[in-house]
Amino acid sequence: MSGYVAAMSSADVLVELAEHNPNVVLVTQDFGPVGAFTERFPTRHFDVGISEENLVGVAAGLAHAGKLPFVIAMAPFVSMRGFEQIRDDCAYNRNNVKILAPFAGLEAGPWGATHHAMEDIALLRAIPGLTILSPADANEATRAVRAAAASDGPVYVRLGFLGSIDGYDAPFRVGEVVTMREGKDLTLIATGAPVASALAAHDLLKANGISARVLNVHTLKPLDRAAIERAARETGRLVTAEEHSVIGGLGGAVAEVIAELGVGRLRRVGVRDVFCTEVEPYPDLLRIHGIDADGIVQAARELLA
Amino acid sequence: MSTTADIQALERRAATLRRHIVTVAGSYFAHLGGAMSCADIMAALFFHYLRLEDGARKRDRFLMSKGHAVTALHACMVELGKIDASELANSGKSGSRLAGHPTHKAPGVEFATGSLGHALSVGVGIAIAEALNQSGSRTVVLLGDGELQEGTVWEAALSAPRFPTENLIAIVDYNRFQAGGAVDRIMPLDPLADKWRAFRWNAIEIDGHNMRAIVDALASVPARSGPTVIIANTVKGKGVPGIEGTPRAHYTWLSDDEVALALAALA
Repeated sequence: MSGYVAAMSSADVLVELAEHNPNVVLVTQDFGPVGAFTERFPTRHFDVGISEENLVGVAAGLAHAGKLPFVIAMAPFVSMRGFEQIRDDCAYNRNNVKILAPFAGLEAGPWGATHHAMEDIALLRAIPGLTILSPADANEATRAVRAAAASDGPVYVRLGFLGSIDGYDAPFRVGEVVTMREGKDLTLIATGAPVASALAAHDLLKANGISARVLNVHTLKPLDRAAIERAARETGRLVTAEEHSVIGGLGGAVAEVIAELGVGRLRRVGVRDVFCTEVEPYPDLLRIHGIDADGIVQAARELLA
Repeated sequence: MSTTADIQALERRAATLRRHIVTVAGSYFAHLGGAMSCADIMAALFFHYLRLEDGARKRDRFLMSKGHAVTALHACMVELGKIDASELANSGKSGSRLAGHPTHKAPGVEFATGSLGHALSVGVGIAIAEALNQSGSRTVVLLGDGELQEGTVWEAALSAPRFPTENLIAIVDYNRFQAGGAVDRIMPLDPLADKWRAFRWNAIEIDGHNMRAIVDALASVPARSGPTVIIANTVKGKGVPGIEGTPRAHYTWLSDDEVALALAALA
C-alpha cells in the first residue's frame, strides 16, 4: 500500500473521527477529493492549492480557533517547505495540527530525488513539542492516525510504502517501542516500511543461528530511550534501518542515545548521504541503496564479525 | 458613527502609545520605527474596533505579523491595564516577560510571531474557522511593507478569497523603510493596491496617521464579498523628531536627549 493510499484510507478513519467531533476538518494541497471524507463533509475539507507554507499556516489558524485540522501533504514538500510553519505556527504556538505525510522515504522511486523524503525525520526531530509517528504497516497507519487524533499537540505521521505484517496488531501507544521479536545477539531497530525488512532479516539470521531482537520504533519523537538503552545493554550490537538519510534520522537518534549511554556498537542502514539519482522502480532503488533485508543482514554480519 | 470627540480621544491614545514606545527605545535597542508608524492603527484597533472580551463568542483576534513592532502591542496592553508601565520600560531586560517579538509570555499576545510572512496564512485559517462557527468574529492581521517581499504572504493572499474570509482584514503599515533602507530602493512594491485587487481583495488606501480615515476604513468591513486589505501610508518612526522618515528609524537606541525631545513633541 503506497503512502498515498495509506493517506486515502486514513480518510475512512477521519470520517469516523469527524462524525464524533464536529471540529475535525481536513486541509490538503492539490489533492482532489479525499475518499469518503470529502463526500460526507464537503464544507469541512479545504484545499489550498500547491502551497505548503500556506497549507500549514492555515491549518495552524484553524487549530488556533479550536478546530482539529488534519493535513494531508507529500512528505518531502511539507517537511521542507513547510518546516518553519510546522516549527513556529504549530509547535511554538502549540497548535493541534495533525500532518499525514505520504511519500515518506524513497517511495516516489523513479520520479527522482526531488520527490524522495530522506531528511524529514532529521529536520522535524529538532522541533520541541512535535510528535513524530512512523507506522510499519497499513493497519498500524490507521492506528497511528487514531493516536494522533487522541494526542494533544502537533503530530507528523510519516507514511511510506506500507505492506501488511502478518499477525501484527499490537496496540499503538505513542512513545513506546514495540518488540516484534525477542533476541539476544543483536537488535535490529527499524521504523516504517523497513520494519518488515528487519523481520525478514531476523529470519535470515535465525537460519544461521543468530538471535536478533527486532524493535519497531513507530514513534520517532518522543523516542523510547529506555527500550534502546535496554537493547544496547542486553545485546550490545545495534543495527538501525530506515528509509531516510543515515544522518539525523532513526540512526542518528539511536547513535545519540548510545553515545550518551557509553554502551553498544551501531551500524546504520539508510541512504548514505547521497541523492538517489538512479532511475529505478522503488524496490530496486531500496536494493541499490542497501535498505532491504540483505542490507540489514550485511550490517549485522559486520557487527558480529 | 464616531464623533469628533471619539476621534480626538483615539488620537490622544495614539500619542500615549508613542510615548510608551519612545521610553522603551531609550532603554534598549528596539524596533522603534515600525512601532511608531503603526501607533495610530493600533489605537484604533485596541481602543475602538476590536471586541476582545475573553470567552465571548464574537471575540475578535489581532495577529501582529510584523512582530518586530511588538512594543506598540505591549503599549496597548499597558493602556488596557494588563502590563505595568514600569514593566514595559524593562522590555528585553533579564527576566522580563516582554521580548523583542510577540511571545506567549507577554499578556495580550494572540499569536507568537517574529519570522515574517507567517500570520496572514494563520489569519486565513482562523477566518475560515469562525465562518464555520458563524460567529461573526473578525480577524485583523498587521503586515509590514518589507514583509510583503515574503512569498508566503502572497500564497495566503491568493488563497483567502477562495474561502469565506469576509471578516478577515489585512492592514499594511506602508512606512516605506525596511532594515536595509528604503523599500523602493531594495524591492519596490508599487502598485501595491493593484496587486491586492488582482488577488481579489477589497483594497482601501488611506493615510495611516489620519484617525478618521482608519476608523472609516475599518467600518467598511465586511465588504459584499472577499477579504479586505487596508494599505495605510505611514511614516517610519512617526513622532520622533530628527529620526522619523529616516533609515535610522528601523531599529535604534535613543539617547536621553532624544527621548526627552520626542516625549516633549508627543506631549
